[in-house]
Amino acid sequence: MIQAIFNSFIAAVFIENVILVRFLGICPFLGVSKKTKTAIGMGLAVTFVMAISSAITWLVQTYLLEALGLVYLQTVAFILVIAAIVQLVEMFLRKVSRPLYSALGVYLPLITTNCAVLGLSILNIQKDLNFLMSVLNGTFAGVGFMLAIVLFSGIRERLEYADTPAALKGFPSSLIAASLLSLAFFGFQGLQI
Amino acid sequence: MTVQEADLVKKKPKRSGMKVILNGIFRENPIFVLVLGTCPTLAVTVSAYNGLGMGLATTFVLVCSNLVISLLRKIVPEKVRIPIYVTVIAAFVSIVQMIMTAWLPELNEALGVYIPLIVVNCIILARAEAFASKNNAWHSTMDGLGMGIGFTLALVIMGSIRELIGLGTVFGMSVFGAAYPQAIFFVLPAGGFLTFGFLIGAFNAIMTMNTRRTNRRERERRSAATAACSACPAKLICESAQNGDGIAPEKEAIGEERSE
Repeated sequence: MIQAIFNSFIAAVFIENVILVRFLGICPFLGVSKKTKTAIGMGLAVTFVMAISSAITWLVQTYLLEALGLVYLQTVAFILVIAAIVQLVEMFLRKVSRPLYSALGVYLPLITTNCAVLGLSILNIQKDLNFLMSVLNGTFAGVGFMLAIVLFSGIRERLEYADTPAALKGFPSSLIAASLLSLAFFGFQGLQI
Repeated sequence: MTVQEADLVKKKPKRSGMKVILNGIFRENPIFVLVLGTCPTLAVTVSAYNGLGMGLATTFVLVCSNLVISLLRKIVPEKVRIPIYVTVIAAFVSIVQMIMTAWLPELNEALGVYIPLIVVNCIILARAEAFASKNNAWHSTMDGLGMGIGFTLALVIMGSIRELIGLGTVFGMSVFGAAYPQAIFFVLPAGGFLTFGFLIGAFNAIMTMNTRRTNRRERERRSAATAACSACPAKLICESAQNGDGIAPEKEAIGEERSE
């Protein structure tokens, strides 16, 4: 069991990193990574929502869609469930934990359109994971997201001062930096687990 | 009304329909200029064929959702418009998914999870919000078509370049002959980021060269459009997150943005 959880952690964070290997959630990766502080906030919010949405979409799939033979409604059901979860989490945090809310609040609305959350929910179902492993996979993928976005924000803070050609300023140079980061993560593909 | 004026009035809808399409392909190309929908762009463009398939699937969804949302624009209540748009989009994505599973199982396999993910493709929601909810059905359909063609074109260009350098083929046909030493790097995720970076750079360079001839205000306007995110529905929230250093804005502001 411990072994399986550890393997799932290594796979989700390094080998199949959501951003750098699977290309999910590139928009926030590029949009909210100018400062390390905001990158950490976004990373935490994504991890949080991913863990909860993995759990709930698994339940919806198993006890609602499959039980009633409505699997073709998966896409519609999942996106609505995720949108509702994000809204509920935000309301819940605002009532219960003020500090947590002020740390994550701004990032929550952004997450509805984050394809990493929906993508991971679908991938969990495709991989046929059980409930516990789905939740863990969601959480670990969120950790992978956070690792990538925080590393990248560090690079971008430096890149701001670099002397890049005019045409490559901004997005292009960031993408080229992301390419190098992705290449570094490609090294993890060789891991045997 | 002079003959000329009458002529102009008659011509106008037709001309602007065409203009709307061209606008989507060049001036506001969703990928190279607006930088929207980057996830599928990077993920599926390992070959020109995959890029084409993804592009056409997205175009179908864009055209249909723009049409329906434009027709519904007077009925939909302001507060719940985003969930309604998302539901409409998700319905069309499910249709595409079923069509592809039935008739193009190989392509469906290759694109995998990115087909259902068309739902969260920013381009579609952005066009629904920025264009279809404000314009008539004809122009909205044309906008969807233009944006779709612009998106497809960008994906095919990306896919062709990566396939050509990576495997020496385009659409599966050998270009450099069998002796070509394959540069697998370009088919890897890292190659996707690199190709995309240089393509946007090239597009920027061409745009600047073009605008040097036009006046300065135009140039400024365009460079503002190039600063990505400008058309993203989540732009405001993104910016407040970026500038607010992680401190949540006032309650009212959140309530307003929640509708996004």
